[in-house]
Amino acid sequence: MTIPTNRIAAIALLSSASLLAACAKEAPEELPPAPEATATPTPSAAAPTQSAPMPGTQAHFEQAVGSNTVVYFDTDRFNIDSSDAASLQAQAQYLGQFSQVTVTIEGHADERGTREYNLALGERRANSAKNYLVSLGIPANRIRTVSHGKERPVALASNESAWSQNRRAASVVIN
Amino acid sequence: MMKNLKQIAWIALLLSTPTLAQNQDLGEPVGEGGSVETTDIGADDPDGPLRGTVTASGNLDDLGVAIPAFATDRERPTPANSDGTGALGREMARVITANLRNNGIFKPTGPDSLPKPSFTQIKAPSWGSWSGRGAEMLVHGFVNARPDGRLTVGCYLYDVALQNELVREGWVVRPADWRRAAHKCSDLVYSRLTGENPFFDSRIAYIAETGPKDKRVKRLAIMDSDGANHRFLTLGSATALTPRYSPDYSKLLYLSYVDGNPRIYVYDIGSGKQTLVAETGNPTLAPRWSPDGNSILYSMAVNGNTDIYRVSANGGRSVRLTNTPGIDVGGSYSPDGRKIVFESDRSGSQQCYVMDADGSNQRRITFFGGRCATPEWSPRGDQIAFTRIAGDFNIAVMTPAGRNLRVLTDGWQDEAPTWAPNGRIIQFFRTARNSGRSGLHQVDLTGRNERRLPTPVDASDPAWGPIRP
Repeated sequence: MTIPTNRIAAIALLSSASLLAACAKEAPEELPPAPEATATPTPSAAAPTQSAPMPGTQAHFEQAVGSNTVVYFDTDRFNIDSSDAASLQAQAQYLGQFSQVTVTIEGHADERGTREYNLALGERRANSAKNYLVSLGIPANRIRTVSHGKERPVALASNESAWSQNRRAASVVIN
Repeated sequence: MMKNLKQIAWIALLLSTPTLAQNQDLGEPVGEGGSVETTDIGADDPDGPLRGTVTASGNLDDLGVAIPAFATDRERPTPANSDGTGALGREMARVITANLRNNGIFKPTGPDSLPKPSFTQIKAPSWGSWSGRGAEMLVHGFVNARPDGRLTVGCYLYDVALQNELVREGWVVRPADWRRAAHKCSDLVYSRLTGENPFFDSRIAYIAETGPKDKRVKRLAIMDSDGANHRFLTLGSATALTPRYSPDYSKLLYLSYVDGNPRIYVYDIGSGKQTLVAETGNPTLAPRWSPDGNSILYSMAVNGNTDIYRVSANGGRSVRLTNTPGIDVGGSYSPDGRKIVFESDRSGSQQCYVMDADGSNQRRITFFGGRCATPEWSPRGDQIAFTRIAGDFNIAVMTPAGRNLRVLTDGWQDEAPTWAPNGRIIQFFRTARNSGRSGLHQVDLTGRNERRLPTPVDASDPAWGPIRP
């Protein structure tokens, strides 16, 4: 067990380092998400060729909890309603089962807000979701939050339907 | 064993990330150019320039101002123009004409439809030919190349009906800064005729936007007040937002996701180096300078609760200014530095509040329905501009007491006002419904003169700096 872990850590470190080096040299149009400071090597890295999602990957998380990876909010609100609670319970169940998994909760707002307020609002929504997971027994140090405000919508129209999809907190497995 | 290895990987990442991450999105540093020296260009009239009011009758908007090409004492090569100082003189007059025309100031006529005066006529205008053209005011100037390679630029304003000089000024500039002399001359003419403070010789920081709505690339960019000398400062691999020029133009505050998280950085324009505004594990946003440049306001979210903090521009400990559950964000100092207007949703929706600079005496000032966001105190102190949210998003102004609300724009989403250095014009950005395309616009305080500022790509988050030092 120790030797593979050893190698995994080394690979993770090397790949992170080369990614950073690549970033420093040139600026491609779109970079993959920056490596997170809280990233820890997970078993999935050892078997990237497997076709079925491995525990601890985003694909595995999505397969396990379905659409419950995302919770939605009303305009300017950040409270966890009953539907959000059900989603977060599904997430908590998964995180309880795979205790090495860490997640980032990305908080978002719709476009009908000013930029800075929306950054703060996204942070508030991400923390609401985080606090709920913590109340269900998931250690706070396994949950990171980041706000994208209105910068990263998933629905692109300018109508109530699109806005309701964009007011969200999305849990993403870090691996 | 496993834990130890994880720790090592962790530490290695932590060690390597800050230096690389903080700089990986930066382009080449851009100098802010040389200084502009005022020079004595003499006064032939022993009584000096005419004081008091000009002869213009009626509306200044209709004042005919002729701006023929600037003359030169001797045609000489200059790095500022491949065709020499004579051609540069024509460019100078074009810049001044465009400045006035684009801002709806006076009725300017430029050098391309006017005769070119000789060098001796600059100080002794050919009055008859100008009054015959219906010009009420006449701008003359010269561009001379100096032995040291720099340029001496003279700027004269004449009242054609009175056949008298109103004002003159001269500057010595590096060839690369020739446009600044044209802006200085624009400011001289504008200030002398309107009595307002100058604003043309200033710069704008903003965010340049490209790409689809769900993957917008947002880069920090700067340009002169007329859009010239445009530069991208970041490469676009990390989202950049909400820049603010320091009062002396040496630094920019802005938000970057360069390490994956929203953080405020202080970017030194000369050296191209940047540092975090505060060493904290928390998100920081909404940076603002104090008018003297000695303090920085920023907002920080701790466990989801955002409050406003102040830190010395030299670093050190931050002071927390607001302390309510909810979002307190932004902040804009009054020009005397004694008060701060900011937004808070402590009442249940975004409203504007004023507090003393130390955080005391917080009180709500907006009670007129709708929401108040992104308040910005006018450099004159008499108005606060803000984003009014009442259905659509529009730019509005009010007094610092929250009275005399005036809505100046009527877009679908007009956001984030920033003041011209003289407090007479407001810039903002307008986002289009559905497409998400955005551009910079400006409007004067009458609300009548609104226009879009041309930018190379889409644009948002304008921040107008003060008159350049």
